[in-house]
Amino acid sequence: MNFPILSSLILLPIIGALFLFFTKDKEGNNLTAKYVALFTTVVNFLISIYLWISFDQSTSSFQFVEDRTWIEGFINYKVGVDGISILFIILTTFITPLCIISVNNSVKNRLRDFLIAILIMESFMIGVFCALDLVVFYLFFEAGLIPMFLIIGIWGGARRVYSAFKFFLYTLLGSVLMLVAIISIYWITGTTDVVQLYEIGIDVKYQNLLWLAFFSSFAVKTPMWPVHTWLPDAHVEAPTAGSVLLAAILLKMAGYGFIRFSLGLFPVASEVFTPLIYTLSVIAIIFTSLIALMQEDMKKLIAYSSVAHMGFVTLGIFTLQQQGIEGSIIQMISHGLVSAALFLTVGVVYDRMHSRLISTYGGLVSVIPKYSILFMLFALASLGLPGTSGFIGEFLILMGAFKDNFLVAVIASIGVILGAAYMLWLYKRVVFGKLINEDLKKMLDLNRSEYFILSCLAVPILFFGFYPDPLINTIEVSVTDLINTHNTNIASK
Amino acid sequence: MENLNLILPEIFISLSIMFLLILGVFKNDSSKITFNLSLFAILITTTITINETFSVTRETLFNESVVIDTMSSLMKILTLIGGFLVLVISSTYLKTFKIYNIEYPVLILSSILGMMVMISSNDLIVFYMGLELQSLALYVLATYNRDQLKSSEAGLKYFVLSALSSGLLLYGCSLVYGFSGSTNFDIISNQLNSNEYVLTFGIVFILVGLAFKISAVPFHMWAPDVYEGSPTTVTLFFTMVPKIAALTVFIRFLYVPFLNLIDQWQMIIIFLSIASMVFGAVAAIGQTNIKRLIAYSSIGHIGYTLAGLATASNEGIQSSIIYISIYVVMNLALFSCLLMLRRKDQYYEDIEDLSGLSKNHPLLSLCMLVILFSLAGIPPLAGFFAKFYIFKAVLEQSMFFLAIVGLLSTVVAAFYYLRIIKIIYFDKEKDKYDTDHSLWLKFSLTVSTILILLYFIFPSQLIEVVSRINII
Repeated sequence: MNFPILSSLILLPIIGALFLFFTKDKEGNNLTAKYVALFTTVVNFLISIYLWISFDQSTSSFQFVEDRTWIEGFINYKVGVDGISILFIILTTFITPLCIISVNNSVKNRLRDFLIAILIMESFMIGVFCALDLVVFYLFFEAGLIPMFLIIGIWGGARRVYSAFKFFLYTLLGSVLMLVAIISIYWITGTTDVVQLYEIGIDVKYQNLLWLAFFSSFAVKTPMWPVHTWLPDAHVEAPTAGSVLLAAILLKMAGYGFIRFSLGLFPVASEVFTPLIYTLSVIAIIFTSLIALMQEDMKKLIAYSSVAHMGFVTLGIFTLQQQGIEGSIIQMISHGLVSAALFLTVGVVYDRMHSRLISTYGGLVSVIPKYSILFMLFALASLGLPGTSGFIGEFLILMGAFKDNFLVAVIASIGVILGAAYMLWLYKRVVFGKLINEDLKKMLDLNRSEYFILSCLAVPILFFGFYPDPLINTIEVSVTDLINTHNTNIASK
Repeated sequence: MENLNLILPEIFISLSIMFLLILGVFKNDSSKITFNLSLFAILITTTITINETFSVTRETLFNESVVIDTMSSLMKILTLIGGFLVLVISSTYLKTFKIYNIEYPVLILSSILGMMVMISSNDLIVFYMGLELQSLALYVLATYNRDQLKSSEAGLKYFVLSALSSGLLLYGCSLVYGFSGSTNFDIISNQLNSNEYVLTFGIVFILVGLAFKISAVPFHMWAPDVYEGSPTTVTLFFTMVPKIAALTVFIRFLYVPFLNLIDQWQMIIIFLSIASMVFGAVAAIGQTNIKRLIAYSSIGHIGYTLAGLATASNEGIQSSIIYISIYVVMNLALFSCLLMLRRKDQYYEDIEDLSGLSKNHPLLSLCMLVILFSLAGIPPLAGFFAKFYIFKAVLEQSMFFLAIVGLLSTVVAAFYYLRIIKIIYFDKEKDKYDTDHSLWLKFSLTVSTILILLYFIFPSQLIEVVSRINII
């Protein structure tokens, strides 16, 4: 028996949280708690890097699989990774320590409890990405609501209660139908084990309804238009670290779910509903980009840009082309890094000025140049400038889309232009222009920890922008295999 | 000669009741010793019952009017444990209101005896006797805090409405007797055939009476008032123990005498279930008193339990029993929290009193957080698994409508549980509450919360025990 590396990835943050739980809570800046949390997450990150190094890229079958009986004769605790999920795990373990470093100023009270919530959240998120049993997946997927609800509700902004409730109830409402579908799958096929389900396949006559049930959950989580309205509220009210987790990782659960479950389990239904996804994605891209143009609040603008970017992701997944799916995965990873970075940059100025309104700022470049350079990098990465990871994702997605449906691809390309418009306009209004607001002159540039976090995010964004091979090599075999299985399934039915 | 060993638990508990009454009459200041002795009596009864579980598969007594099988033993154990825990955590509350008297344990023991008779009954008359014994004890318990207007009102309301439902139940029993010629469940089961339309009336009357006892919509009207007015410890008793007994009787009625008439009653149960789930979720939203809120939430939870019964399968029955077991634990935990909201000999029951509890009492709030999320059915807590098994059984029978309505009402119900969490965690704090709670109260809260929290690690054990119950 090999070392249960995935379970230890899931359990380690929980152990860290337990440890914190039994330490004494201090008022103010509780350094001990922070170091404990940081240590746990960094160790987790190193383990996940080790996972990536020892990951065999030449096979599409699941690796590091653990299979234990959990409920006798019904559910097995089964986890494992393939090329698609491993990157998300690394993204999770990479973002979480940065979140923990960033809580310096944004969280004033109950720091220990905040760190516990973040650690538990990390463990659930890793669980989602490596679960290979539908029930286990659902468990992690839903359990994540609890810490996130508390993070938004306790440490959020002025309208935090409304946002926390909206977040929780929207997501729960979407997910309960998925639970019905999961149990139905059990009664139809006799198992909830994903690997076995890939082999058995699900009868075509059930696929459409089951697909819709899964879709209702993933569409809310992605979020797709028109059920995206919880996202701007949740993002705006959540503390910086919460927004980062939400944008960088939580949204990716749905994209991952689309690839792993909707495509993998219901190939025929995926084909049937492709026009629906195309329509919703294109609306999301164009419509939310236009909304983003009009935003006064920086966090809200970035939140809407997330909806638009996730629109690209769903579009890419359902092109059912090699490039499209690979592009979607890379876009998700890239968006994870970029949106995290953007929320952190907003957090930096918010901590100093306590305002998220764009009109408060202007002319920052002359006061805080270092900040402005990094902000520019992230803004450009967000709009998909060549040389940043955002470009690779969007380019591949559009390539896949052009192969599949010319009209959709053309409209989506307009979205790219709109994306450039709102990001550059945001950057112009915040960083350039005349320095009118006198208070801004007293602003300090990035301190060491902020500089460190943002550079940590900038390095992979640039690196994968110029050299995406490590990412593509990891996912390629799995995606090829997914497409091949999909095509044989379609052909045989 | 009948094998009286099989009803040893009942015999023992009756003798204890008599002994405790005599002791109470002849000894001054005997409340403390009666309390302790009654706890002792329950413990011994539990031991006897547990012992019995391992040796008996299915035995009948007294012309088959009493049945001892796996389900009856398990439900008796659950009832006894419930009664025991209610007794141990009541003492501080009763002392505060100066009603720490011998009658309390005696009444609780009598109602437990009534429930045990109900659980074992295989005959209409035995069943009715058990039902009335437990009900009479419960009426008195509801008014137990007799100096308070609300408590007397609760008892009176409960008595009047409950008597009405008992009347309906009895009328239904007489109809069933008239058409089958026997009061014995097994004989009724053989004699009945579904062509008799008047018989449907009999079943409906019986189901109405039973639905009243478990407070399923539309026979729930008494529950909020009675729950609010009764002393908190009695409310705890109401929400846990009689429901276990009534549920067992429900299962017995549906699946022994009336199994052949499934077409007649299945729709009724589905209706009761859906109505309870939806109403329980919607009506609880506007409540301000925690006990009233718990009343509505318990109506909702009974709806889920009934959904399991509506499936007409062994899995469904087992999932209902699992549900009620987990529900009992969650309820115990919630009431333990409620009993801790005490400041200077006064108990607080409004949701607003919980405001900002997490600042002053972090551990208590954490427990409440776990309990409330579990009641809302969020994984990985025990409440999720309870619902999961129910819906698994429901979907096995392809009852999609029931499953989807049930799950959607969990979302509505989640709202009011979240509202309490919001008040505990997000709102401004108030004064501190006393922290000198009795050891038993702390114990029951800790153990039940840990059970809820860690249930997901060992979910198989409970299923294994319950899977021995095969009625059909």
